[in-house]
Amino acid sequence: MKPRHLAIAIWSIILMAAPLFAFQPPPPGQSEFVPIKELPPSEQLPAAPLLVIAYAFFLALMIFYVWTVWRRLNRVEREIHTLEQRTTRSSR
Amino acid sequence: MKKSFVPLAVVTALLFVIAPILIARAPYESEMLLIQKIFYFHVPSWVAMYCGLLVCAVGSIWYLFKGNRVADRYAESAAELVLLFGLNGLVSGPLWARKAWGVWWQWDAKLTSALLLWLIFVAYLLVRKYGGPGSEKLAAAVGIFGAAVSPFVYVSVNIWRTIHPKTSVVPDIVKNPAKGFAAPLLVSMLAFVLLFVLLLMVRVYLAAHQDALDELYLAHED
Repeated sequence: MKPRHLAIAIWSIILMAAPLFAFQPPPPGQSEFVPIKELPPSEQLPAAPLLVIAYAFFLALMIFYVWTVWRRLNRVEREIHTLEQRTTRSSR
Repeated sequence: MKKSFVPLAVVTALLFVIAPILIARAPYESEMLLIQKIFYFHVPSWVAMYCGLLVCAVGSIWYLFKGNRVADRYAESAAELVLLFGLNGLVSGPLWARKAWGVWWQWDAKLTSALLLWLIFVAYLLVRKYGGPGSEKLAAAVGIFGAAVSPFVYVSVNIWRTIHPKTSVVPDIVKNPAKGFAAPLLVSMLAFVLLFVLLLMVRVYLAAHQDALDELYLAHED
């Protein structure tokens, strides 16, 4: 299977699976509202790791995106250069 | 690339240095305490995403009715940025929700419609990538459809019952700068909008090169 076909298959599965999660029944006890502050300390989540993950994710996402654009730009410029060279050679 | 790119990049970098300092110094919100600080990157992400939606919609309309290739480049580039900033919003939201609401995700009107809006732009890019010849026009229609849906996503918190805060939160914060929440939020928003503009410029530059390459291939085949 080509990587492109594999990518389409994975994307299709992800997109089709997303609505299925919406139909899942809520876990027991979720319908009752319990204020977070009233939870026992053992069940309380520390906020700092979640905050750090959120900010780190943003940073990683931006770096990844800039890297993908840079990679695509390099590839396109390389192809343009190759094509221009080929055109010059054939015109001689 | 445009001459304004470097000065704009410097200003954006400066704002991204200042923003965390202001966020760190901002007072704790009385109910949510530390976790509320995700707000300063979560809301600006959606603001940047809505900027992308606007550019994509205008570019798509311009391309559909005038056939302008430059407008199409802007629409395509903005759609990619809608995905990028939307993804950040969709990830930072659940991280905040886990602490504030006790759950990662809730299938309510706001969260579900925001996810669907993001998926519309996934569809936009898939149509462009795999739709074959002429897919630009079909994608432009998808882009306009996505932009038309977006106001409903924004006001969904006011129309339906949802655990997500209402749209009045941000205007209230901006109207009351004395509370100390407005400055970090506005600086973050400006930083995100400028980052969006910078990334758009880079992405449009790439799209222009891709078009030039396509033309070269066509010329080479002739």
